Amino acid sequence: MLAKRLIPCLDVADGRVKKGVNFVDLTDVGDPIEIAAAYQQQGADELVFLDITATNEHRKTMADLVERVSRQVFMPLTIGGGIQSVADMQRLLRAGADKTAINSAAVAHPELISAGAQKFGNQCIVVAIDTAWDEQQQRYRVYTHGGQQATDLDALTWAQRCVELGAGELLVTSMDRDGTKRGFDDRLYQALGRVVNVPIIASGGAGKLADFTDVFTQTPVDGALAASVFHYGELTISDVKQALRTEGVPVR
Amino acid sequence: MFAIVDYDTGNTLNLQKALAYLNVPTTLTADPAVLANADAVLLPGVGAFGAAMAALEQRQLVQPLQALARSGKPMLGICLGMQLLFETGLEYGQHAGLGLLQGRVVPLPTDRGVKVPQMGWNQNQLQRVNSPFAAIDQQYTYFVHSFYADCPAEEVVASVHHGVAVPSIVQRGNVVGMQFHPEKSGRVGLAQLESFRKMVVTNDASSN
Repeated sequence: MLAKRLIPCLDVADGRVKKGVNFVDLTDVGDPIEIAAAYQQQGADELVFLDITATNEHRKTMADLVERVSRQVFMPLTIGGGIQSVADMQRLLRAGADKTAINSAAVAHPELISAGAQKFGNQCIVVAIDTAWDEQQQRYRVYTHGGQQATDLDALTWAQRCVELGAGELLVTSMDRDGTKRGFDDRLYQALGRVVNVPIIASGGAGKLADFTDVFTQTPVDGALAASVFHYGELTISDVKQALRTEGVPVR
Repeated sequence: MFAIVDYDTGNTLNLQKALAYLNVPTTLTADPAVLANADAVLLPGVGAFGAAMAALEQRQLVQPLQALARSGKPMLGICLGMQLLFETGLEYGQHAGLGLLQGRVVPLPTDRGVKVPQMGWNQNQLQRVNSPFAAIDQQYTYFVHSFYADCPAEEVVASVHHGVAVPSIVQRGNVVGMQFHPEKSGRVGLAQLESFRKMVVTNDASSN
């Protein structure tokens, strides 16, 4: 049986790892390679690097970073942030990434999903979706550009469309929960699990052990992503895995 | 020196990085003479079975690889490279493989309540106790694939469960295959590459 995955997310700006709380207030927490090696040691199942500056210059820096990390760290690496084209994906995959995550560019140009999937295989294409509950419309609405631009897209419909186009995995962030430490948006992941059949990674809201056991026992997600709780040592990967094991959740 | 078969099929660089980390020198080559002089031949691969065999044929590597395997050269196929070691592949039609191991490569069933492709960490169950790769037992390794080897038990060193029993390590003498990515499986994966290296050294000692 496949193990459920714990995925630390490293937000990268200027070659350093940052964590934005609710997408603002950056705090420096260190060197990407050292952190990646430490997470491998701790038993993280995968790492996500997000380029949060995402200019052309930074994209090149990101490929260099992936190249260096993949010489020292032997685990699946997903890279996202500012990927605009198949050429961007190719550069990152060649540098040593296993998957590339696209977000705003996928909304603007959905054909990028299918082009990437055809060239590299579905397993290389992760679509990242930022969403928040719209109380008035009673639905989850998709946001782009780091959560700053609202779209008319319904998150569940968009998720299905992404999968039809060839997304091999969905990384879905609840903006309502991101940075709050109030737990994952379990209702969102339950709803997603009913409409798509590719791996779903939950993101946003991790604060305590029970948040992880809840999302893995109450929803069909395959992985849970977190940043600050891991970066600041509030929870360790092994604490979380022990708690999951106790609940009968398969972990590595 | 380990030779990695260069036939333009996917990411060989991460495999090279893992071997470099273990201080194993590698060369990427499509030259049969270089393959013949290497201590071991590594066959990586990502993509579809038929396209990969066509790429090997185009480079006139099918017969040299078969001859090297039969001469006792240690050979390690990884992911699709492992699948190519078998007789037949049923991905987008029926294709002949290298035929070094008995069995055929078939789609993972989609009606067993598991997601296909299998993508993630799965736990190995050792099937052959006396194996250079026995340390794999109960350990998790990283898989990304949609097809698997349907083969006789005698070829199987270890397997994982994903709807069906999926061979994760296969071996017949000097020919070894790993369905998972050892270069992406943390210290467990590196240890398996190390086990292969030990097998190569032992093979070398016994043939001298």
